[in-house]
Parts: sequence; C-alpha cells; structure tokens
Amino acid sequence: MEKNYHVCTGCGLLCDDIEVESEKNIVNKVYTACRVGVAHMKEARRAEADFLVDNKPVDEDTATREAASILKNARNPLIFGLGTSTNETQKIAIELAKKINATLDDTSSFCLGPLVEALIQDKLKTCTLDDIRNKADVIIYWGTDPSDSHPRQLSKHTYFPRGSEKQRGWEEERTAIAIDVRKSHTAKICGNYFFQIPPKGDAEFIDALIAGLSGKLPKTSYNYPPKKLLELANILKGAKFGVIFVGRGLIYSLENLEPLFKLMKILNEKSNFHLIPMVGNCNTMGFNKNLFAETGYVNSIKFENGTVKHGPEYSVVESLKAKTVDAALVIGSDPLLILPGSIAKNMLEIPVISVDHCETLTSKHSKVYINTAISGVEAGGSAIRMDGVKVSFEPVIETNHPSEEVILKKIMEAL
Amino acid sequence: MTNAMELYQMLPKTNCKKCGKTSCMAFAVALMAHELTPEDCPPLKDEPKYKENYEKISEIFKPSEGATETGLIVHEDLCFGCGNCVVACPPNVANDPYGVGSGNAPRNVNKLVLTVENGIVKAQNLGECRRFGKNKILCNGCIVTCPVEAIEFV
Ligand code: SF4
Ligand code: SF4
Ligand code: SF4
Repeated sequence: MEKNYHVCTGCGLLCDDIEVESEKNIVNKVYTACRVGVAHMKEARRAEADFLVDNKPVDEDTATREAASILKNARNPLIFGLGTSTNETQKIAIELAKKINATLDDTSSFCLGPLVEALIQDKLKTCTLDDIRNKADVIIYWGTDPSDSHPRQLSKHTYFPRGSEKQRGWEEERTAIAIDVRKSHTAKICGNYFFQIPPKGDAEFIDALIAGLSGKLPKTSYNYPPKKLLELANILKGAKFGVIFVGRGLIYSLENLEPLFKLMKILNEKSNFHLIPMVGNCNTMGFNKNLFAETGYVNSIKFENGTVKHGPEYSVVESLKAKTVDAALVIGSDPLLILPGSIAKNMLEIPVISVDHCETLTSKHSKVYINTAISGVEAGGSAIRMDGVKVSFEPVIETNHPSEEVILKKIMEAL
Repeated sequence: MTNAMELYQMLPKTNCKKCGKTSCMAFAVALMAHELTPEDCPPLKDEPKYKENYEKISEIFKPSEGATETGLIVHEDLCFGCGNCVVACPPNVANDPYGVGSGNAPRNVNKLVLTVENGIVKAQNLGECRRFGKNKILCNGCIVTCPVEAIEFV
C-alpha cells in the first residue's frame, strides 16, 4: 500500500516517513514523528497579527513596501537567519543581498560553519545517513546529544535499525560511543562506551587517541585512564565503516579544526571513517551549500557592487558589535534571544524587519513584522538534510499566510 | 522495585513445594518474572502468621493503574517519541522488518507492539510481546534502549 508520507522540518534530520491526519487545515494526529516534530507540526506558535509596521496592523503591500524602503535607505543592511527556510527562499535571499549590497550571514558562523565548509570543500570524508543505516558498525557521538536535538537519529539511521549489511541487530553488529563532558541521554544509551572528558579536554583527548591508534601510550594532563583510551582506539581500528557525528560541544572546545583533520587522517589509514556535522536546523546545510555555490563561502559575506567580501567581520556577531550594519532583515530567527545581550542590544538601534511565523523577541522589537507560512508544514519546497541529501516536500496543510519565498520576491519587486 | 532475595525473606522459607516450585527461592524468582502470583503460595495466602507479609507482597504485585496485560506502562510525561524502543523491539522487527525494523514508519501495524503516535509511544497487540503468555521471557529490549526510562514493567 502506497502511503502519503510527509516530511518533518522539525530538525536537520528531515524525517520523510510522517503520516498526518488533518481536518480543515488543522493537524490532529501525527504518526511516527518524535515529540519535537509533533510540536512543530501541531503547535507552532502563531502570532496574532499578520503584518505590522510600528506595531500597528497593516496590509501586505504596505508591509513589504515599508520593508523595501528600509533596505533601500540602508547603507549596509544585514540579512540574517534562513536556517529553516527552503532552498528556494534562500536563493532569493542571496539575490536580494546582492541587489542591495547586503551583509549576509546565518547561525552557522557561530556554530558548525567551519566544519561544514571543510566538508563542502571535500577536506573530510563524509557519507549519508542511509549509508550508515546499511553499513555502519562504529558510531561516535562527540560533543552532541542527538536524543535531545535529533530525537529519531539513533532509531531511524544510526544504531537501532536493520540495514542491508546490518541484518542481525544493534546488540551484535553495532557499537555506539559517546564522548562528552556530561552523561547525556545519548551517553546513557551507549552504556560502557561513554567516555567522559573534562570541559575543554577534547584536543588533548584527540591527541591521546591518535597516540593510542599509533601504538603509543596515550597520555592526558587530566590522567584519563590509558587502558580505556586504548580500548577505544582498538574499537576504532577494527571498524569496517565508522562515523563520527560532531556537535557544537567539540567545535566550541577546539581552537581550530586541525586536531580533527589529524584524527580523521589516521583513522582512515587504520580503518574507514566518515564525519557528519550535527546540524540542528532543518536547512542550515542548505544555506551553507547554496551560498557556497554562489560565492565560494558558507557564511559571513558582504556583497559590494558585484564583488563578494568574506571574513569574520561580516558575521552577524562582529557586524553588530562593530555597528557596521544599519538595518536588518531577519528571516526565521530570533537574534535578540540567541545572541549575547551586549551584541544583541545594538540591534535595537537599527530598523529591523522580521519575517517569521511566530512572535519572537526580535519581532516584538521590529519596525516591520511579516507573518509567514511555516516552511515544510504550510509551504512546500526543498531542504538539505544534515548529511547533504536534498529532500523535497509539499505543504501538510494550507494557510492564507504568504510563504517566505513570496514575501522576499515582493520585497525585491518593491525595491 | 524489589529483588528476588527481598521477596524470599518475606516468604515462609519452608520449601513446602505447594506452589509447584522446588523451593521458596524459586517461587520468589517466579514472582519476579510475573510467572506466578502471591496467591499461588497456599501457606502465605492462608496462614494468619504470614498475613502481614502476604499483604506486603500483594501490594508489590498489585496490577498498577494504567498497566497493560504484560505489566507494561509508558510514562507519557517522560517519553519523547524517539522510537528507539519501537525499532529495537524483537517482535516489531520480526513482524515489520522493512518498516519499523529498518527505522521507518510502520508498513504493517497489525502485529506491532510499540508505535509512536503524537510523539509518544503507544503499546498494543500485547499478545506479540515476549513478556506475554506462557512462554514469556524477560525481554528488556524496550527498557535498555530508552534514554529516559519511560517504559517500565510492573
Ligand atoms: S527527529 Fe527531527 S525531523 Fe525527525 S520527527 Fe523528530 S523533529 Fe522531525
Ligand atoms: S518487552 Fe520486549 S517484546 Fe515486549 S514490548 Fe518490550 S521490547 Fe517488545
Ligand atoms: S519510550 Fe523511550 S525509547 Fe520509546 S519512544 Fe519513548 S522515549 Fe523513546
């Protein structure tokens, strides 16, 4: 029986096997999705107003015209967000940024951006989640807790499912390992294969692991038991198809990616290892890929009369800190909430346009607010899964809210 | 929950074999496995001197509210629908290898013990559960794979 499956855009996993029962464009029942996905489909908080200028209700045309005029009058506008937008929306946003000489960035500049860039540039070996389901025997979660952030990852792709070359089940054929500073929910599942390290201890742990892999005595300043490290090294050496899922915990603890490159190099001399970044939002990967295809960079860029400038000074954090941007178009993100207060407060001094399906701290402080359809629930399109696979989706229910894509096109036209 | 040793301490310890087991310790183990119930021990049930212990043990094995025929309860407030238990449950895998057994949505829900609905695990078809019926075994597939201890057997 062919079933009508929907895609969940609740996280970077983009689960494509969700059944939904709905009536009169209200989702009643959701099958197979995790609780995060269900909340995303059923309870996504809606703002009351559709379009606001200076907190007063207006019509769509007035709102888009006001947005266009703010962007036109700005010397260096910032476009930020887009992590939950479709590829189609992101491409229009890039066009828009080009047209108005904007600074363009997303959350990856303070999350996993450098790692994603290295992967897009083929500097690290990667694979798909489907490869992992079919083949992986050693799965490492490093500085990340998918049980909280990507709830279905272990059950749908990595540890528990049967795959074409993994027919006998997880107890016999797979080993899941967690390396983290705290005993997370995922670490709990990993049982004896949880390796707890002190905060900022990752680089040393990698060095020690490399020593262990090369047959030397693994030493750390925090006296991690060499026996346990050697045990880990042996499991990794014996892997036929290994994968490391890298989370923010690891990236924040490293000064640069060098230790990770070294580890992947030796792992691939001794066995066979792949790396996948634990991208949280449903289409941050898409933003990074789409921007890279257009400019050669994954984030933190500024367009200037047809040329592209890139550097940390064009990241959302640095450009707000240095007050180099004088207006902001925020799409599907809440920088006032997620950025450090000292930086976010500079946003209160410039006119902000917030395009979002829910009311956020940022939207409340915006000059223009536009309430859009929820990508993946009320608007269709495509997104890139955390492993780089493109997933297309149709809307689950209908809405009379315009999609982000339509709004950005209208703003472009009004310029 | 109690262990077999603690139960044993509350039994008559006479090894009278009236329950059909060879010793009171064996009866304690059978209690733990939900194979027998406290009433299956005649002296415990009938003799006044064991009354207090009988009540205590009965209290332990009282079918709890919300428990299913196999004693499975889902703590709905804890479960977040990760599906680990669904995919790891042996009868689920055997009955739907390419659906839930491969991590996907169910292809055939008729014989599935565990599925996820509205983000929370739901138990049904308990006749398929390995803890059900005469040949039951102490399967713990759904317990050890849950990150938050949302499934419990009472
Ligand atoms: S794991 Fe992510 S994509 Fe899958 S159902 Fe949950 S929120 Fe949705
Ligand atoms: S006890 Fe075993 S068979 Fe029963 S629901 Fe749990 S995993 Fe499935
Ligand atoms: S009971 Fe536990 S393992 Fe099963 S879906 Fe709920 S949280 Fe996941």
